[in-house]
Amino acid sequence: MKGRSLARHISEGGKNLIRNGWMTFASISAVTVMLLVVGAFLLLIMNVNHFASSLEEDVEVRVFVDITASETDQGELLSELENIDGVDAIEFVPKEEGLDSLIASLGDQGDIFETLRDENPLNDVFVVQAENPEETDLIATDIEELPHVENVEYGSDIFEQLFAATSLIRTIGLFLILGLMFTAMFLIANTIKLTIIARKREIQIMKLVGATNGFIRWPFFIEGLLLGVLGALIPITVLAYSYSRFYSSMGTATGVEFFQFLPTNPLAMQMAVLLLGIGAFVGVWGSMMSVRKFLRV
Amino acid sequence: MIHMKDVWKTYPNGVMAINGINIDIEKGEFVYVVGPSGAGKSTFIKMMYREEKPTRGDIIINRNNLAKVKERHIPYIRRNMGVIFQDFKLLPNLSVYENVAFAMEVIEESKTNIRKKVMNVLEIVRLKNKARFFPHEISGGEQQRVAIARAIVNNPAVLIADEPTGNLDPETSWEIMHILEEINDRGTTIVMATHNKEIVNTLRKRVIAIEEGRIARDEQKGDYGYER
Ligand SMILES: Nc1ncnc2c1ncn2[C@@H]1O[C@H](COP(=O)(O)OP(=O)(O)OP(=O)(O)O)[C@@H](O)[C@H]1O
Ligand SMILES: [Mg+2]
Repeated sequence: MKGRSLARHISEGGKNLIRNGWMTFASISAVTVMLLVVGAFLLLIMNVNHFASSLEEDVEVRVFVDITASETDQGELLSELENIDGVDAIEFVPKEEGLDSLIASLGDQGDIFETLRDENPLNDVFVVQAENPEETDLIATDIEELPHVENVEYGSDIFEQLFAATSLIRTIGLFLILGLMFTAMFLIANTIKLTIIARKREIQIMKLVGATNGFIRWPFFIEGLLLGVLGALIPITVLAYSYSRFYSSMGTATGVEFFQFLPTNPLAMQMAVLLLGIGAFVGVWGSMMSVRKFLRV
Repeated sequence: MIHMKDVWKTYPNGVMAINGINIDIEKGEFVYVVGPSGAGKSTFIKMMYREEKPTRGDIIINRNNLAKVKERHIPYIRRNMGVIFQDFKLLPNLSVYENVAFAMEVIEESKTNIRKKVMNVLEIVRLKNKARFFPHEISGGEQQRVAIARAIVNNPAVLIADEPTGNLDPETSWEIMHILEEINDRGTTIVMATHNKEIVNTLRKRVIAIEEGRIARDEQKGDYGYER
């Protein structure tokens, strides 16, 4: 293709958008709706991923030491724990500290337990963290076998359910995004098909005077690209703005330490690039699908 | 220039439009294609610029066999032939000048080349003074002259016309015929399907009559030969 033709194709593609005002509006709206949902889901999925991996970091095994164990027994147990493969960190929580936090967590009602101070019924606890969260299971079973261990607790059930839930959300999101992408693609294909029908005579004349298929295709390629990219602008702005508002409001509401959201930057930028890419892909693909048929003969 | 050897055309719906045609048209000839409605004239003409592909046989134009040529070469073959129709096929939103220039733009000619050539052919069809007009602002005869200008602007060796005067009154039809004759005098081969008895019988040229997809008659300076 010659350089002067590129300028022509771009201005033709742009003119087509304006000339077909309502159809352009319909297509861009379709892309906009699709990308709003895709973008929202992207933000959700990225945060869920982040949530899942931060949860994984928090997975820990609580080792309850026999009440009868002496201090030397406890020392032996500690070194045994340190010898287990895959153990990352060990924290000792003496029973007094355990009772303190129990009383604190119960508030006013906790006062009842003050009387227990002298004959503390709680166990001393080792909190063990695995290097690799998936190995928590194995480490816990190993620890159960050790002497002076009364009991081992770890959040296996809850966490497994959580992991299953997050992967379910990821899968559903992926399918939803693919489904919406195809919907928007077909909408664009249909819109461009209508504009092609409106310009059937023009294409016919182009073919008659010897224009190549590539030449005829170019303006439609650009039109599709513009539809996709323009359709991405509103979702990017709306989602980035709402997310930053949401994020800063979450930042000020203390106490939600349980779940750290991803910061707006670079998340918004990543989302913008993805949405632009998806929009462009969907627009170009849709337009090429509808042009193909019209270029035969 | 144009050679057809045992050409057959059956449309996908089973209509046998052309049934074994052999013809040779030499460079610089002016040929009328006549015959009753449905005889296959348009099909015959469409195969020349490869809008329709023959089912069987060879069509050789400028050493290219249209029956065998690859799809991607067709645009380049078409650049060597101009085509005009009964309904002009102008683009309504482009001016006279732009309609003609369009044919050069889409084969990526340079701007300066386009300006020179377009004014040149508008002079040939005597429409230089209406270059800025839009199709709806000029008469049917003038519109057909724009279509002719567009067809010849890329210097084709052949000009193919399917009932170019079909929509025009007798006087305007003669205007078009004089322009076609002028173009023929410059060396361009012309093949023209027509139902216009008066023109064929007055401006005597080679006449090829097609009936039921076969050549029924082929004579130099022939007459129309049908009642209408
Ligand atoms: N695209 C098509 N598909 C199927 N059949 C067709 C097609 N075009 C033409 N035909 C048939 O082929 C035959 C020849 O048609 P054609 O248009 O070549 O005739 P014609 O001589 O140009 O007629 P007219 O003088 O009315 O223009 C007719 O029976 C017509 O119905
Ligand atoms: Mg016909």
